[in-house]
Amino acid sequence: MCGHCGCGDNGARLEGEEGLVAHHHHHSEHGHEHATHDARLVRIEQDILATNQSHAAANRDWLGQRQISAFNLMSSPGSGKTTLLVSTLISLRRRWALSVIEGDQQTSNDADRIRATGTPALQINTGRGCHLDAHMVAHGLQKLAPPDDSILFIENVGNLVCPAGFDLGELRKVVILSVTEGDDKPIKYPDMFARADLVVLNKIDLLPYVDFDVDRCLGYLGRLRADLPMLQLSARTGEGMAAWQVWLTAAHEQTRRLRPSA
Amino acid sequence: MHELSLCLNVIESIEACARTEDFDTVEVVRLEIGQLSGAEPEAMRLGFDVAARGTVVEGARLEVIEVSGKAWCPDCSTTVPLPRRFDGCPHCQAFPLAVTDGEQLRIRDLEVS
Repeated sequence: MCGHCGCGDNGARLEGEEGLVAHHHHHSEHGHEHATHDARLVRIEQDILATNQSHAAANRDWLGQRQISAFNLMSSPGSGKTTLLVSTLISLRRRWALSVIEGDQQTSNDADRIRATGTPALQINTGRGCHLDAHMVAHGLQKLAPPDDSILFIENVGNLVCPAGFDLGELRKVVILSVTEGDDKPIKYPDMFARADLVVLNKIDLLPYVDFDVDRCLGYLGRLRADLPMLQLSARTGEGMAAWQVWLTAAHEQTRRLRPSA
Repeated sequence: MHELSLCLNVIESIEACARTEDFDTVEVVRLEIGQLSGAEPEAMRLGFDVAARGTVVEGARLEVIEVSGKAWCPDCSTTVPLPRRFDGCPHCQAFPLAVTDGEQLRIRDLEVS
């Protein structure tokens, strides 16, 4: 799938492997025997993220052909993303085949938590990298090999800045916010929220104890996007989880309708 | 600091271009960085030198062309400045507005020899 592999990367490692080989082409590796030219202008007019976008398009195609719905979950560290994921897996596993790609800078702790639910999971450690990119996910997909007609969750590195610009080839981007954070996160990190397909507000069981103002948060989201839905839930108590399962299922049903199996 | 990985992408594209366009020294790299792109020009400058080390781009001067954010206000039927995504129309205060410019992260051109 990773047909144009050969791009340099920043030392990301797939669990159980040496790491994505960085083919960073160093000057000395090339036999530079060109004649000297006078200075000239070369027009490139290319998106800086063009390589990532082409990997993302290849991932999207690969996933679509197999009727796999991928959800890119993004949030700050500590929003309860992994806890939400674990309870989501437990509630959906009887209905759909599931798998998970976990992105963290270090450790396989999150993948270990996921595997404890019986769900296949692959950890990608980004090393110093602050986000997953489509190339890492392409390799992750090959190694994890999620089954046809299934749901794949990609838990991105906890960070509301860097993952925003990197399309992974997912079906939907979900941004998770928790009530123990500031209700102004949408306007503090507008690039992330502006690109979301859904915002999940987690830990609502703690609302009586914190200053988080749900209406104010919704107002800030409305300044970015008129049509951005928000689901309020508590992964710990289960409140609101049914609507989240319905949303995921509806998205996956759409994938199945778009690419009916042969 | 995703600017470093953006810079690595820039260097990779230029190296690919060096092979097809037949040059081995890059003197100037011009990037267009939109105000709403999520990348900081200063961090790009820092990342650029690190990413360029040991490549045909090493020693090149980076010129960043900053592109202002703009949006279309449907109520005023006009293009308005949008320095931040959550700003409203400066005339009628309507929001949200559809971004029309300032999201780009582009390599514009190079001076090479």
